[in-house]
Amino acid sequence: MSTEPNPEPNPAMAPDGDPEVYYLNMGPQHPSMHGVLRLVLKMRGEEILEAEPVIGYAHRAHEKMAENRNYLMFLPNTSRVDYLSGMIYNIAYCQAIEKIMDIEVPERAEYIRIIACELNRISSHLLWFGTFLLDLGGITPFLYCFDDREEILDILDSVTGSRLTYSYGRFGGVTMDVDSAFVARTRAFLARMRDERLPKYRRLVGDNVIFRERCEGVGVITRDVAFRYGVTGPCLRSTGVAYDVRRAEPYSIYDRFEFKIPTRVEGDTMARFDLRIEEMEESCKIVEQAVDGLPEGPIMPAKPKKRYRPPAGEYYFAVESARGHFGTYIISDGTDVPVKLKLRTPSFSNLSSMPDVLRNTMVADTIAIVGSIDVVMPEIDR
Amino acid sequence: MSNLPTAPETLADYVSGNLWLFFAIATAAIMGYLTLNALFLIWLERKISAHIQRRLGPMEVGWHGVLQTVADMLKLLSKQLVTPRAIDKPLYHLAPVVVFAPVIASVAMFPFAEDLVILDIELSLAYVFVFGGIGIIGIFMAGWGSNNKYALLGAMRSVAQNISYEIPLILSALSVVLLVSGLEPVIINDNDQLRPASGISLIDIAIVQDAKGWWFVLVQPVAALIYFIAAVAETNRAPFDIPEAESELVAGFHTEYSGMRFAMFFFAEYTNMIIVSMVATVLFFGGWSGPLLPGPVWFFGKTYLLIGGMMWFRWTFPRLRFDQLMSFCWTVLIPLSIVNLLVTALVLELL
Repeated sequence: MSTEPNPEPNPAMAPDGDPEVYYLNMGPQHPSMHGVLRLVLKMRGEEILEAEPVIGYAHRAHEKMAENRNYLMFLPNTSRVDYLSGMIYNIAYCQAIEKIMDIEVPERAEYIRIIACELNRISSHLLWFGTFLLDLGGITPFLYCFDDREEILDILDSVTGSRLTYSYGRFGGVTMDVDSAFVARTRAFLARMRDERLPKYRRLVGDNVIFRERCEGVGVITRDVAFRYGVTGPCLRSTGVAYDVRRAEPYSIYDRFEFKIPTRVEGDTMARFDLRIEEMEESCKIVEQAVDGLPEGPIMPAKPKKRYRPPAGEYYFAVESARGHFGTYIISDGTDVPVKLKLRTPSFSNLSSMPDVLRNTMVADTIAIVGSIDVVMPEIDR
Repeated sequence: MSNLPTAPETLADYVSGNLWLFFAIATAAIMGYLTLNALFLIWLERKISAHIQRRLGPMEVGWHGVLQTVADMLKLLSKQLVTPRAIDKPLYHLAPVVVFAPVIASVAMFPFAEDLVILDIELSLAYVFVFGGIGIIGIFMAGWGSNNKYALLGAMRSVAQNISYEIPLILSALSVVLLVSGLEPVIINDNDQLRPASGISLIDIAIVQDAKGWWFVLVQPVAALIYFIAAVAETNRAPFDIPEAESELVAGFHTEYSGMRFAMFFFAEYTNMIIVSMVATVLFFGGWSGPLLPGPVWFFGKTYLLIGGMMWFRWTFPRLRFDQLMSFCWTVLIPLSIVNLLVTALVLELL
């Protein structure tokens, strides 16, 4: 993987004298490159000999910005790193600071955070589902997914005030309390999702012959490749590894909820599709339990701190985002401005594995495979 | 004075006496019909897709947006034609015409009713297939002339796909041709000359079904199904729309075409849809034959119903992959249509 403006030449991409070999530059402006991913493909006919992702087109210097402002002022940036699961990132950053500074989070705030994060995870998976089908040429499911996703965005909008880039978390709690209307609406959404929508998606899309033909055995990520590149999230679980930060290193109050970590062993596109559908179901379960157990009480500590000065040192905190292992790495020198804030984003590692996976596939498969790993380019470029 | 030609008594007589005027009016009528048809079909497609996808579709221009496509056409007409610098000029400029012209010529062959056919020639079925094949050359010209890799990939796919799917298309049509000539012959009174119905003439195929009182789809359901699938592939529509596969090849062979040049390809696609549906109507659904209502109503009713089916396909299925598409044709459709043809021939021989 190379980042412009100074790409290191990749020997595998060099022309090898075959007159039938040509290069196709897919992206950064291309209908299915999910934002601004650029793939340089070395091809013979429709077959891909070598693929190289080129990144950096959505670089906004979030990590550098963190070094120029205090910890609180970085909050709005977090959800803009990955705008599809902004809630998870926003809360994760708060949780990192809370862990460093031993800030107690009220019970009710923890529950609200879980509900918001899991709803966000469902909406992220729904968007993936729609755009993935769009990549395969099925246009209709996209609009059904957006219908569902819209409901989640409305629910989150009603409590946070924004649709995608939430700044809902605060160090020690959340900004706004939820009301009974929020709870009722969430319950209604869960019922619709589990009884009506997810079975429909499985039946209409998952059981479709053309869809299965396009997905089964395509884009296999082996366990070895996954380990070598640090692939996480559904892409790793599709290779049979039940690694989910929510279970592996439980944070927040995830250890109180009943939910499964679905896995597959095939490692192909179909496995990743099945997994995400199942994960939506599991997330529905978590939200339901959290809504049932939602306690009364405050949503912020009684006396929030005025200034946040983590003691000097290095800290790492990880959560499970919709795409995998998301880590916040903070180096503090004891002032209220971080020396370095590094975000470990799952899409970056997942995309890194692509040259190995895309070798000897076809153009149409490339689209399906890159679509199936669910990359969010702003998260990679930051 | 007696050696002067007699003056025409009515306009119709005058027109039929003057071949050039007749062709001018016929061409104008076909062009007018095809333009209206394309505008209507695009609107219909947008409405059908909208309702499949739980939305309303165009609603602003005219009643339920019926004039939306007219507005779109005006927009395309007024757009600047962007011409890339490194193109192959003759091929690039000729391609839309080569795609577009044959589809107009094909429509002249169809019997909309027993006495409503513009050009009644004996080999009309073969003629329609021949003209249907010319469009592929235009697509390849567009892909090659554009000097764009996506366009070239799209054109390559298109040529391979169209050539392959023409085989089951024609083989399934052949079983109907066999049926017409193999069954007890229907005698047609052609300008006071009696002759048996010819299987290769569209109007005769329709006459035979009309005279027998049943449609060929009843005895040739397999051929009808193969024909319909191959026809969807021939028109490059989803789930076989890989030559222009939006999410893979941007816009395929017409990536570098803008404005009215693009509109010509678009127009040709929708006209192709109506041509393959008209052929299906004549071959398998009896053409104009049907009770009570006049012939053209039946003819166009059946045609547009088939087109509705094609639209339903498009908005339901994802796209096949290129190699899957080809292997489906060569390992399923072609053997099946050959077997169907042989069985038809055998049964006709034994009867």
